[in-house]
Amino acid sequence: MLADQDRIFTNLYGLHSPGLEAAKQRGAWDGTKFLLEMGRDWIIDEMKQSGLRGRGGAGFPTGLKWSFMPKKSDGRPHYLVVNADESEPGTCKDREIMRHDPHLLIEGCMLASFAMAAHACYIYIRGEYVAEKHALQRAVDEAYEARLVGKDNVHGYPFDIYVHHGAGAYICGEETALLESLEGKKGMPRLKPPFPANMGLYGCPTTVNNVESIAVAGTILRRGGAWFAGLGGKNNTGTKLFCVSGHVNKPCNVEEELGITFRELIDKHCGGMRGGWDNLLCSIPGGSSVPLVPAEQIIDAKMDFDTLKNLGSGLGTAAVIVLDKSTDIVSAIARIAYFYKHESCGQCTPCREGTGWMWRVMLRMAEGRAQRREIDMLLDVTKQIEGHTICALGDAAAWPIQGLIRHFRPEIEKRIDRYSANPHSDPVPMAAE
Amino acid sequence: MANRRLASAAEQPATFTFSSENADWAKGQIEKYPEGRQASAVIPLLWKAQEQNGGWLPQKAIEAVADELGMPHIRVLEVATFYTMFALEPVGRFWIQLCGTVPCDSCGARELKDYLHHRLGAPGHVSADGNFSWLEVECLGACCNAPMAQINQDYYEDLTPDLLGKLMDDLAAGRPVKVGSQVGRTSSEPLGGADTLTDANLFDGSRVGTWRKRFEQKEAEGGSEQGKAEAASSEQRAAGDPKPARPDAGRAVGTPATDGPAQRAAAGESPVRASDKVDAADGTNSTAQPASPTAPAPEMIAKSEAAGAEAGTQSSLPRNEPPPQPAATGASADVKDPQSAGTEASSTKASTTRPETPGFSAPKKGN
Repeated sequence: MLADQDRIFTNLYGLHSPGLEAAKQRGAWDGTKFLLEMGRDWIIDEMKQSGLRGRGGAGFPTGLKWSFMPKKSDGRPHYLVVNADESEPGTCKDREIMRHDPHLLIEGCMLASFAMAAHACYIYIRGEYVAEKHALQRAVDEAYEARLVGKDNVHGYPFDIYVHHGAGAYICGEETALLESLEGKKGMPRLKPPFPANMGLYGCPTTVNNVESIAVAGTILRRGGAWFAGLGGKNNTGTKLFCVSGHVNKPCNVEEELGITFRELIDKHCGGMRGGWDNLLCSIPGGSSVPLVPAEQIIDAKMDFDTLKNLGSGLGTAAVIVLDKSTDIVSAIARIAYFYKHESCGQCTPCREGTGWMWRVMLRMAEGRAQRREIDMLLDVTKQIEGHTICALGDAAAWPIQGLIRHFRPEIEKRIDRYSANPHSDPVPMAAE
Repeated sequence: MANRRLASAAEQPATFTFSSENADWAKGQIEKYPEGRQASAVIPLLWKAQEQNGGWLPQKAIEAVADELGMPHIRVLEVATFYTMFALEPVGRFWIQLCGTVPCDSCGARELKDYLHHRLGAPGHVSADGNFSWLEVECLGACCNAPMAQINQDYYEDLTPDLLGKLMDDLAAGRPVKVGSQVGRTSSEPLGGADTLTDANLFDGSRVGTWRKRFEQKEAEGGSEQGKAEAASSEQRAAGDPKPARPDAGRAVGTPATDGPAQRAAAGESPVRASDKVDAADGTNSTAQPASPTAPAPEMIAKSEAAGAEAGTQSSLPRNEPPPQPAATGASADVKDPQSAGTEASSTKASTTRPETPGFSAPKKGN
């Protein structure tokens, strides 16, 4: 188990005050000026050395991302945008950072903005997080009052930070959709290139980072990239907030080392599996977008980017949804299919039409009201959606269904056989209805 | 996509103007954005308009926001219908948004849904007393406290049908209610308290500044990497062992945590999966000799590269291009073509001719 000394989010559970004085006692805003004086290149090098991979789901190295920003401004301002539109089902970590440790985030914004020559930072928080928005705004106001940020602050680097909120669209978690939304439009993803590092918010160089990626920056720079790299394993370094939900005895958020095994994570922090380990059916280890992993594969797997990728799934946001044998797995995945149908922005045809189509077929399969050959047809449709859309929502809609068919095909077939073995008055419709 | 329409004309109020307080607030919001980018404030303004109008957004408010920001009405209408938090039809005094996505769904949201159905009827309707309306919504991001619901602006977590019923009674009667977890959790810690983050040193300020030793020592030792860091037990571990030992995972010693080629071989399975073999056969990144005549791509590339070098041009063969398919094999094993093409043309031409070049079936020839 990770030692308390090595945890970054020391007020994760809100047992202490989130205010500035208490945050300073816990180590936030400690020597920020000193770190800024070490220079832009030092900050980026240290972040690269830490091996920090983006905590928003894709796992792209954060230091590398920062280095993509133009070194010199061509007259356009640079922006840092923090993605706090946390809406991936299963994920509830950024919420805790914003309401309990907001000063780590604000300090991280200052350091990251300095490293990328940005003088303004927008934090885009999801609209539903009203209390979190107020908590964060309160912390920002405190920081302004203490002249830690602002045009004329004690650090000598002019820097403004603004809290902006959305209005309930999952797609705005995609970085270019987020920028569109921040510009006051519908949240429809942009085609890339141009990438945001060249043309982002208001057509200016912009970097979009997850809350957790930014909030760990201060601690990493203070204690050193080597410290962070020493936690976890090669290529999967550092600590990570895990959000464990579902059928465990005590669901919770917890900060742990990457590479902890699934079994240890559940046993040590979540009071064990509901009904014992034999009761585990499967887990969705990285938020609803990633394919599920059946019990026998996940149970002793290391929770890190590469291991889960090799299991045909992904770490995503480390939102571990645990499902036991009481779960109706087909209708659970049908529920996920409904989520993507609901959240598709409607820009690309394969996603707009395909998500609804897949959901309707999944609903029938949950009852068994389908034909066996439709399983392959469904799989084929998921492959036609995957990779054929502007953003990754199409992929995210396809993967859970692919995972279901990969691991639970016999279950679907059993339902179809059971349904067709009984007399029914209604005709069985074709897949396309 | 959600199908969202404005409320019927009968329900629409005739006018909408921001209260003077809200109009001032709106000015402050617009100032957050650069000159000429006031459209950025559209979501906050619509949100405020909805708040002022009792929780839902009428057409006149949409138009008022558009006029305030100098945007065409249709652009703001687009935004209002795109984002699901804007209620376009009247809602009850307490608007219950029940999370129904998988983590909540698997922890009892269905029972809550049945309860609300039973008590309030179909979603989207205001109850007869005007107090409640409800809707099943997608993930609200409090999954460790599932199942949960948002009532107006507050989250109520760890619900059961009984707790939700009592909560609704209290709200309707105007009694004070507790926001957040309904079973006594502070936030998302494990029920009954966490056994992490208990070290008092984390909170008494004793760690402030200790990290500076790292820099002071470095300076004193002329940049030496030795002995850096505050306490940093982990940092010392990292120096000696880049992969710190795994803590006891509660399983038998030596049981492999994951599957890998070595484990598969030990279990008597094929060490490399067929699917992995296909990846490995992607010759574009390989400099090794092909193991079998069915994957001759690397050699062809090496050959074409040599051809490019002969022609005095810098070879820029597209290494991320898919390897030539053996199926495209011609009958004659003429390997001279790419060379002659390369000598007379630039490397780009060589690369474009490569896929059509016959002779992939005879990789050993002319080597």
